[in-house]
This record gives sequence, C-alpha cells and structure tokens, in this order.
Amino acid sequence: MKVRLHDVAHSRAGDKGNLNTLSLIPYDPDWYLVLCALATAEAVAAHLADRVVGPVVRHRMDGVHALIFVCPRDADDTVTSSLHLDTHGKSLSSALLQMEIEVGDGPGPGAAAPGGATGPPA
Amino acid sequence: MTATRFRIGCGAGFAADRVQPAADLVERGGLDAIALECLGERTVALAHLRRLRDPGAGFDPMLAKRLTALVGPMSRTGTRLITNAGAADPMAAGRMAADIAAAAGAPMRVAVVLGDDVLDRLDPDAAAWEDGRPLEAHGELVSANAYIGVDALLPALGTGAQMVVTGRLADPSLFLGPMMHAYDWDPADLDLLARGTVVGHLLECAGQVTGGYFADPGVKPVPGLADLGYPIAEVAPDGSAVITKLPGTGGLVDRRTVVEQLTYEVIDPRAYLTPDVSADMTAVRIAELGADRVGVSGAKGAERPAELKVSVGHRAGFRGEAELGYAGRGAADRARLAAEIVGARLEGVVPRLRIDVIGVDSLHGATLSEGVEPYECRLRVAGTAPDRAAAEAVAEEVSALYTAGPAGGGGLRTSVGEVIGVLSAGIPREAVETRVEVVGATGGAQ
Repeated sequence: MKVRLHDVAHSRAGDKGNLNTLSLIPYDPDWYLVLCALATAEAVAAHLADRVVGPVVRHRMDGVHALIFVCPRDADDTVTSSLHLDTHGKSLSSALLQMEIEVGDGPGPGAAAPGGATGPPA
Repeated sequence: MTATRFRIGCGAGFAADRVQPAADLVERGGLDAIALECLGERTVALAHLRRLRDPGAGFDPMLAKRLTALVGPMSRTGTRLITNAGAADPMAAGRMAADIAAAAGAPMRVAVVLGDDVLDRLDPDAAAWEDGRPLEAHGELVSANAYIGVDALLPALGTGAQMVVTGRLADPSLFLGPMMHAYDWDPADLDLLARGTVVGHLLECAGQVTGGYFADPGVKPVPGLADLGYPIAEVAPDGSAVITKLPGTGGLVDRRTVVEQLTYEVIDPRAYLTPDVSADMTAVRIAELGADRVGVSGAKGAERPAELKVSVGHRAGFRGEAELGYAGRGAADRARLAAEIVGARLEGVVPRLRIDVIGVDSLHGATLSEGVEPYECRLRVAGTAPDRAAAEAVAEEVSALYTAGPAGGGGLRTSVGEVIGVLSAGIPREAVETRVEVVGATGGAQ
C-alpha cells in the first residue's frame, strides 16, 4: 500500500545559499527505520525535481529519529537571486510530505499508517 | 542566576520578528540574559546598502522599537541583552541604544563589538563557495561581514555592560557567549562549547522552537498561536539544558518542536560549523520532562573551522515582479494565455524571466500540481536584468494585460528594485580583528 509522508511524518525546511535542508521526522519512532529504507535521497531528488537539481544528500540522526535531506537548487536560485516566488524554498517541506512511499502489507509499522484518516498519534 | 541554572531567552528570531514576546520574557521570565537574533544572510548586505544611501540607517530599522519596549523591563529585572541588530553599523546602533535607555530614565552601558566588517581586507579574487568563481566576477562588492563568534563577544560581556550590540555575530554565539561568561567555561572544552551551541541553535529562531512555524491543523495543532510565547533555556553547568517557554503564553514545546528546530538549516549534523566549534548533533539526546519542558543533552564538540565564513554582498542588477489575478470558469486557462502573451512580449528584453500561475504551480512546479484547476489564481512574472529599464518592462507588460490581454484580469501588483546578491567565502582568522567600545551611562561615551 502507498503511504503519503504527510500521514506519518513532519518536516521543516531550512535554507543556506542555494541549498535547502528538509527534515523528515516520523510521529511514531517505529516509522523511523521504514523511512530510512524507503525515503531515499534518490526518491526525494526525483520527487522534488521541479526545483531541486540534485544530487540530494541524506543524513540520519538516529538519536532523535530524524532524517535530513540536503537539496541543492540551481546556482542562480539563491534567496537573493532567485526568480521563484518562494525565494527561500521554505514551502518545500510541504512538497516533501506530498511524497508517497510503497510499504508492505505485513505486520509492524508497514501494516498501516499510524495517521491515516485519523491523523498521527498525539 | 536562578538556583544553579543559567536562564537565557530568545526575544527575536529574525529582523521582522514580533516585539511584545521579548518584553514579556524580560518582565516575567526570570532571565539572566536575552538575545535578539536579527540578521539573515541578506539582511547585512541590505543594511550596507541603506547605509550607503543614508548614513545612520545601517542598522536594524526595528531595533529602536524593540529597545523602547525592553529598557523598562530590563532596568527592573537586571536582565542583560545581547543582539546582532547592529547589522552594518553596530556603533550607531549602540549609541542609539544608550540614548533610548537614557531617555527612558534607565541609563545603561552598551558594549559595542566592532570588526566584523572586512570589506577593506577581503581578497576580491577569493573564490565564492557557491560556484568557485572570484567574488568580484559576480558584480561590484558592497559588503563583506565575517561571522565572528564568542572570541569577539566575551570581552564585551566582560565589560559588565547591560546591553551588547554586535554586527555579524554568528547566531548560536549570541547564546553560547553568555553561557561561557556565566560559567567561566574553558574554551578548550569542546564538548561544552558544542552543547552550548546546540542550545543556541535551538533558541536562535525564537518562536520556531515553541510551536511557531509548526502548526498544521488536524495533524499537529498548536494552542494559542496568536499569543505565541518565546523560548527560555535553563542551562546547567555541564551544558545540558531544558528548553521551555514563558508560562501563561500560547504555543508548545515538545519533542517534535525541538527536533524540527534541531534539524533546521543543518547541512551536516556531524559537523555543525560555527566560528566557535564543530558540533556533532548526532550525539544529541532529547527527553520530554513535562508540559512544555524538553531536556537536551549530549552534543559532542570538535575543533572549530580554521577560517571564518564571510557573507559578501554584491550588486546583481534589478528585479521586476508583477502579478495579475483571474477567477471563475477558465481562470487558469486565462492566466496561462496571459503568460504566453507576456512571455512573447518580453522575449529578448529581459535576460532571466520566470512565469508561474499562483494557485497552480508557483511554489512546487507543474508536476506536483498536475490537474489542479483553482477557482481563482494569479499570473506571476519575475525577471532580472542588468539595468532598471529592462526590469521595469516586466511590470509594464503585466500592467498592459488590463487592456491588451485575456478577459477579466484584476488585482495588479508590481514592484521593481535593485538586487543585492549574497555570496560566501572564507577569510583567515588573523585578518579579522575585533574590538569592544562602551558607550552610555558611566561608560565614557566616545
């Protein structure tokens, strides 16, 4: 089954020069390893290709169950020189959360999104 | 210091941040110190440009408003204030700060940190980190500010002045400096420096760690955002800290808000670089300790970078932007037709041009918005050119759609302005000499 990242994780975008950093943080720590396996740098690069020219680098922060994607934009797409409406790329966190991952149907966090229709655990 | 914990708050996370939360923090937060972080990558360059046009206007335009709200509470509580809102002219900002305090009947000494402005000593042929080309090849350089750190800040704190005003002091250093000063931390203890830096990193964007920039209704709601409280760190002598916020305010502090901010703008969590230290954030541990209380500990430190980072501003031509709205049946089609028309009319006139439809594809591009047909949307055109006249053509051609474009356009907005580009480069530490001057009260005004 497909799970939209927005149902299981949250994200914040940061920016430096022509880079965006996008975090991906599961609501439920059990989803962390699922995201590690399925939210790859390559998948994120492909998903964000309209703005991110790649290559995307992914960092794991196992201690706090968070991933960071470092996403390069065009050299002339910086906060000061960009022609985009969102010069910082701040809204890209929402683009990342639109991504879908294909999870298994077996038991464990892959069985169903903890969020789904009812939203993630509080 | 309250009990055994040093209490530091953040009253502003960027130049345009709200004012009142800082006043509330100083009045009721029991703080030893408050920092106001008011400089972004481009803010310093823009401040230099203002100073070139209008000497005396080189610091944060909101600083007077902030200090007017803060000097009263500061005089009652004794809280010290550290801010980098001096931007392109910390000396003028410091004098104004002393004047505001004196006029409020609360005279204070103000220590000013100088020396981050390195335009006269930066090698214009140095390679820009962004593309490796010489800095000056990008256009006339208008500013160069080194990211200075606690080396520059500690002498200012040592003067005992209640206010410290700086230029391009690195954001986390605004917080690490007061911790080092309070606890007399050994600068060679890199783990302590890393822990203090992580606390500073968590606080530096103010409300972003207390539920600001976090709410997503139905998924991660935040109570009382209209009255968002700004953060406080209770820092222990070993550099561990509790992140919390002013009681009785809106917002929330929990694992999620803290981890979102921990990851913010981090390009390499194993080596988060500041002028003071290289911090390993992968060693950080987070613990929820109760309502709006989150413990942070465990960062590891390594040797600071050999060079200082310099933020360099350069003239980058002019930008023209314009928008026009369309609504009802076929709105997006009419906006796309308008896009074709403007694109054709500006061909060969504006070297860099971008045309989007707001409400459809302006934020994330065409792929993610495929199939979206909004009730209303806006044509948006943006272009840059070396000369102002070409940039003005963007505004002119969108305006002309009123009578020479598709049906029903309305709500025209246009703007044209100079673009200051910002680049990064390195500078040897020995080329940057900082010093402190004290003004106001008994400080012997210069």
